[in-house]
Amino acid sequence: MNQGDDVVRFQNVGLRYGLGPEVLHDVSLRLPPGSFHFLTGDSGAGKSSLLRLMYLGLRPSRGLITLFGTDIATAPRAALPALRRGIGIVFQDFRLIDHLSALDNVALPLRIAGASEQQIREHVPELLRWVGLSDKVDARPPTLSGGQKQRVAIARAIIARPRLLLADEPTGNVDDSIAMRLMHLLEQLNKIGTTVIVATHNENIVNRFEQYPRLHLGNGELTPIAPGGATPVAGSIEQAAS
Amino acid sequence: MISTSPALPLSRDASSRFLPWLIGFMVWLAAMALALVMILSAAGQQWRTGLAGTLTVQIIPVAGADSAATDALARRAIKLLRATPGIASAASVPDVQVAALLEPWLGKDALSADMNLPVPRLIDVRLIAGGAIDSDALGAQLAAEIPGATLDDHGLWLERLVALARALEAIAFAVVGLIGLAAIATVVFATRTGLAIHHEVVELLHLIGAQDGYVARQFQGRAFWLGLEGGLIGTVLAAVTLVLLGYLAGRIEASLLPPLALSVQQWAVLAAIAPAAALISMLTARLTVQRAVGRMA
Repeated sequence: MNQGDDVVRFQNVGLRYGLGPEVLHDVSLRLPPGSFHFLTGDSGAGKSSLLRLMYLGLRPSRGLITLFGTDIATAPRAALPALRRGIGIVFQDFRLIDHLSALDNVALPLRIAGASEQQIREHVPELLRWVGLSDKVDARPPTLSGGQKQRVAIARAIIARPRLLLADEPTGNVDDSIAMRLMHLLEQLNKIGTTVIVATHNENIVNRFEQYPRLHLGNGELTPIAPGGATPVAGSIEQAAS
Repeated sequence: MISTSPALPLSRDASSRFLPWLIGFMVWLAAMALALVMILSAAGQQWRTGLAGTLTVQIIPVAGADSAATDALARRAIKLLRATPGIASAASVPDVQVAALLEPWLGKDALSADMNLPVPRLIDVRLIAGGAIDSDALGAQLAAEIPGATLDDHGLWLERLVALARALEAIAFAVVGLIGLAAIATVVFATRTGLAIHHEVVELLHLIGAQDGYVARQFQGRAFWLGLEGGLIGTVLAAVTLVLLGYLAGRIEASLLPPLALSVQQWAVLAAIAPAAALISMLTARLTVQRAVGRMA
């Protein structure tokens, strides 16, 4: 596959916060369209930082990041919102807006993109039904359980049909049965073409979905691991030749 | 149900409660300063037109001379003045008018024979419309030919009065400018506070692809209505204050005090302050948000 088609490409990316030590060293990766990866590593290994780099919440201290074929370092600032709209994010802490209903939270990316209220009326209740929250459309986040908030967050992340979905510990606050349901939901999304990365430290989940490759972060370095094993994958993920 | 709740609940912020009153107070101050500018400007114009083209000649009684001799000197002066090119008319100010001018200080009988006061004779001189004369030369000629005659062209008095009015106008304009800056600073502070309070939501909107303008619109819309509310409060208070001052000033019989009643055009200028405050608030909030969001990654 042509490298220019990659959804995400990192080349020797390093990240440090302020004058502190480097939390990510020489990270190089390629995510082809339609791929599904787990991002694993212990707490504090830098999984969230790597995701933040991917959703343009941070700029790297060094290295090159290409998103949907666009070098983010040289892209004009005005072009970044359009790139961000191609990414769905499930935040670890959900980041739902408490004063908005579940429906309005999910509708937010559509409103930002300028969708009509008719489109919102058509698509949002349908998606809430799909994630099993058809009876919670008017509920405010503070009245929802952890699992329900998680599903609202996922619905918000996918409502605008993103090309890339980044999920940070999407199963961290739910019991196993809901976790499995959420994972199947992400899997379904991947099957219709969305590139998915799921950051998790839940080994059970990773083992249950062992058909997917992993990106493992340890000591700030990224190691690709083949599905069900420890072999680096050359096709979809590769250390960029330095 | 689909609602139209804004993503940022700015209406619940404390700034929504205090900002209209702060802006209202500043608009009141600005309106009063602006009204002062307009009143002084109109008064200056009135003084200039009222006194332009007029001169006053005063015949001070010479020591030892009787009233008839002073009157004779006044008549000679009038004759001289009427013969001077550029002068349209010259006439003695009637005794009744002189008595009225002296009454506040000397009482009703200032000109009676019993008092025998050496009251100067006044001659009111009017120039030909648009004309001008050399008042220094005329004053010198009068002083040479008519003992005790002096010419007052009101120039020095008018010049000082107009200079004072202009200085007050400049100060009032400066006050309006400073109030404008203070209002802008207040809106900047309130907007930054709003950004800090809603930082997480603003960041979320930014990360899910909101343009800077989308975030700015949420703040600028709120700032517009708060500015308009404050502007209306201040304008209404200023109108009440000006009407009250106009009423109080109307009770004082002082011809030199400028009229405190505003014209329709001047009221229209004051009425424009409220929408101006709303627009300034809106633009300030927009620029503040765009600057803050522009610093995000």
